[in-house]
Amino acid sequence: MSTVAMITARGLFGRRRALLLLPLPLLLIGLAAICRAYGVSPDMWGNAVIYSLGLAVVLPVVALIVGTGVLGSEIDDGTIVHILTKPLPRRDIILAKYAVAASVTAVVSAVPLFVAGILAGSVKLGAALAAASVVGALAYSALFLLFSLLSRRPVLLGLVYILVWEGLLGNFVSGTKSLSVGQYVVTIADKISPTNILASSVGLTTAIVMSAIFTILGTLAAINRLGSFSLAGETS
Amino acid sequence: MTTQTLPADTRTTTGVVELSNVSRWYGNVVAVNDISMSLYPGVTGLLGPNGAGKTTVLHMMAGFLAPSRGTVTIDGKPTWRNPSVYRDLGLVTEREAVHGYLTARQFVTACAKMQKLPDPAGAAQRALELVEMTGAAERRIETFSKGMRQRTRVAAALVHEPRVLLLDEPFNGMDPRQRMHMMELLHSLGDRGHTILFSSHILEEVEQVAGLVQVIVAGRLAASGDYRKIRRLMTNRPHVFAVRSSDDRRLAVALIAEKSVAGIEIDATGMTVRAADYGSFTRALPRIALDQGIRLHQLVPSDESLESVFSYLLEG
Repeated sequence: MSTVAMITARGLFGRRRALLLLPLPLLLIGLAAICRAYGVSPDMWGNAVIYSLGLAVVLPVVALIVGTGVLGSEIDDGTIVHILTKPLPRRDIILAKYAVAASVTAVVSAVPLFVAGILAGSVKLGAALAAASVVGALAYSALFLLFSLLSRRPVLLGLVYILVWEGLLGNFVSGTKSLSVGQYVVTIADKISPTNILASSVGLTTAIVMSAIFTILGTLAAINRLGSFSLAGETS
Repeated sequence: MTTQTLPADTRTTTGVVELSNVSRWYGNVVAVNDISMSLYPGVTGLLGPNGAGKTTVLHMMAGFLAPSRGTVTIDGKPTWRNPSVYRDLGLVTEREAVHGYLTARQFVTACAKMQKLPDPAGAAQRALELVEMTGAAERRIETFSKGMRQRTRVAAALVHEPRVLLLDEPFNGMDPRQRMHMMELLHSLGDRGHTILFSSHILEEVEQVAGLVQVIVAGRLAASGDYRKIRRLMTNRPHVFAVRSSDDRRLAVALIAEKSVAGIEIDATGMTVRAADYGSFTRALPRIALDQGIRLHQLVPSDESLESVFSYLLEG
């Protein structure tokens, strides 16, 4: 594990905002378990819990907290300078931070979705949801890492993307669906384990290719932006 | 507006750090205006009032800001978008952000590892010894006082023994003992051949540490060269004093005969004396008052602020 990744991981879990990662996955598992315990048919609760809560909220919000936490908060408090004043290629810094963000997001979102999938249907559905959320974690993390370098308020920018672009426009404007990570995740899960809980709207190939494009372009853009990182002129 | 450049350096070699015709503007605001300077091994002070552009200059030197015009190089290599310069460069920013959850030793060792040093633990130990932080090295940085944090950050910036060390207002918020220690440290690093540049808006700080000074006022290089020569320039400038005595008019008549006095104005509250030479006037005044039997109630230099010294240099 590189030193940058070590510092990043310790910084992520050392902050209080890491606690924000707990309630959402627990809520997801808890709701699924309650519905299952009361014998409610998955057709009644599956879409609300797995899609509306799990894939549309838990996955992107966890990715946002982690993705902006690995870079945005270091930029915010100025500690990033200690990493940037080293003769490290900017690519290595971004890749280390991306690796931490993507793997933490993948574990924190895939595990509860896997459990919820089992409770709602089968191990196959659980595995499909877990695989899809890993793909989602890869794409979302690249996007939110880039947001940390595009704006001093990356969380706000990320929320606008999740709520307005994916949430609001995604329901009314069909064009946004093909540019929405959330739709790729739904499609991948639905194609691996077809279920009437999820309704996919783009093709599997599109979903996979577009997820890869989001991931690669987001990471490359982030590397380029970090190369031109400027300190604000703080003259006191 | 002209710039007074003192011919302190007759060295023909180029400096370790070179700024040539560097300007930086933010929209319509010009923060740094056509500055050229060379830094050599030893300690140089970057002196200027608040808001003069010192931090902007340091950030451009450290590769954290692109010059709008001109070039900034270290050993001939541009600093902007060139991370390899950090092998030879250490930076201590004014903002004291540190990874507080690490201990001082973990932090400095991590910096050594990121520098890809062959023996990170050994390098960290040497750097911590240099700043006298070995005693608290196993404590988390978030438990440190401001001075300890500052020393830890200096250790981190020095761990790879860079040729160039840039420090932005390193004495801010330090108590006198910590200040003394930091000054000794900078001195010894300068003596060992490192090129050190630190910014300050306090004349006395620069006086105690730096032999060479670069003075920046309103984004321009106002003076550069040997500290003592600049100091003399500052001392020899016309001084204005507010004087009150038991008989202002009689004192004024006696003073105007004095060569060191350039002009006198009298008003209801007292008189304003413009002295051409600080030294001779301050020696002459008590003698004249004694001769005339006049009692001096007040002698206040009315333009001693650093800003007025700077603006004098800039107009000179």
